[in-house]
Amino acid sequence: MSHVALVDIRQRAGYLFLAVMLGHIILISAQVNARSGVPVLEAVTFGVFAEVQRGTSAIVAGVRAVWSGYVSLRQVRIENDALKQQLAAAQFDLQEQRALADRSRGLEQLLDLRDRASLRTTAAEIIGAGATPDFRTLTIDKGERDGLRSDMAVIAPAGVVGRVVVPSGRAAKVQLLIDRNAAAGALIERSRAQGVAVGAGDELLRLEYVAEVSDVAVGDVVVTSGIDGIFPKGFIIGRVEAVEKSGGGYKEITVRPAVDFSRLEEVLVVVSPMPAAEAADGSGQ
Amino acid sequence: MRAVGVALAIALAIALQTTLARFVIRGTVAVDLVLVVVVYSALTNGPVTGLLAGTFGGLVQDSLSTGVIGIGGLAKTIVGFLAGIVGTQFIVAQPLPRFVVFFGATVLHAAVFIGLYELLDLRQFGAPYAAVAGQALGNAVVGVVAFQIVELVPGAIERRRMARTRTRR
Repeated sequence: MSHVALVDIRQRAGYLFLAVMLGHIILISAQVNARSGVPVLEAVTFGVFAEVQRGTSAIVAGVRAVWSGYVSLRQVRIENDALKQQLAAAQFDLQEQRALADRSRGLEQLLDLRDRASLRTTAAEIIGAGATPDFRTLTIDKGERDGLRSDMAVIAPAGVVGRVVVPSGRAAKVQLLIDRNAAAGALIERSRAQGVAVGAGDELLRLEYVAEVSDVAVGDVVVTSGIDGIFPKGFIIGRVEAVEKSGGGYKEITVRPAVDFSRLEEVLVVVSPMPAAEAADGSGQ
Repeated sequence: MRAVGVALAIALAIALQTTLARFVIRGTVAVDLVLVVVVYSALTNGPVTGLLAGTFGGLVQDSLSTGVIGIGGLAKTIVGFLAGIVGTQFIVAQPLPRFVVFFGATVLHAAVFIGLYELLDLRQFGAPYAAVAGQALGNAVVGVVAFQIVELVPGAIERRRMARTRTRR
């Protein structure tokens, strides 16, 4: 019986291929955001069902309106609607005041964190690399049980390594600074010119958004500026390897990382101060 | 049984990839072992095994990476399916045709993978022609060598056994 089914599948390889492709497209759509910032699958599904809901709601609302407006007591309904509106306005005001208070508390905590000079770190051993060559990641042997959270900075004695992106119970995935999606606030140590160090996918970094008039020279040390809320200020990122004029108001700067990512065996995860995003979330709760 | 073998081969490839890639992470990583296993399975077992191996291997790789889950799976599914069709329609029994298939499969995989990421505006890859060519070359060499080993080793062992038997007589 199973042999017959297998033969059947093999004869319909095209259908199977299309089904698998459709499955992948649905899977990707569920993760990729549309222009509105909502996943495409959710946007499409929501869009379709919203129309159904709109129709259903219109019918129900029509029936209810007829019932409550004409069949039920008319005056009571009008009074009730007014009271509901007042209550909704009061609730909105309350939410607004609460949000303002939370925001103030969050800013206070962030300022407090910024003032702390000493960092608390935990050592971790590298136990693996990324599963695909297109993403520059490492796996370390410490996870949530050791207090690791997303967006915690990972450093080595030579300089910045990257940040924690996926912590699990006993391990965590670290996105290296050389990954195409990685970036860190940076500044030139000598001239204090600010920019953003961005991964290029190979062994080098690009220092972007450095103004054309800024004082940058080959050999300058690039350090973290701390403005990204992930990497503590003053840690070495690398050295300027090339400076070119792009003509677009910014310099084209290539930076060689201070860390030799191929020889890393142990790293330090900065567990305190906690990431800015978490601090903001925590204050909101 | 064959499916279990392919799944084990993919698991082994991922284990090797995550172990070996660590030591060459600084430069361009030139081999995607999972893709090699997918193309190998497709050439030896046909398009259905190829596409299922591609789906499984790609999704596992996606889930272990920081990207969108499904893009690598989709790319490897297409590659596995087409490599399987090539394997059934053409005679791919010599090293050179196999090299061409592995090379072409890697280029196609990169085109779909990078194309989807660029199309969805998720990552910018620039002009990674050298990296893709390097990976295609690496995958092709590893693939052809894998074929040679699988085909030659059992015969060599048998010949050695026969030679020993003659010597004893």
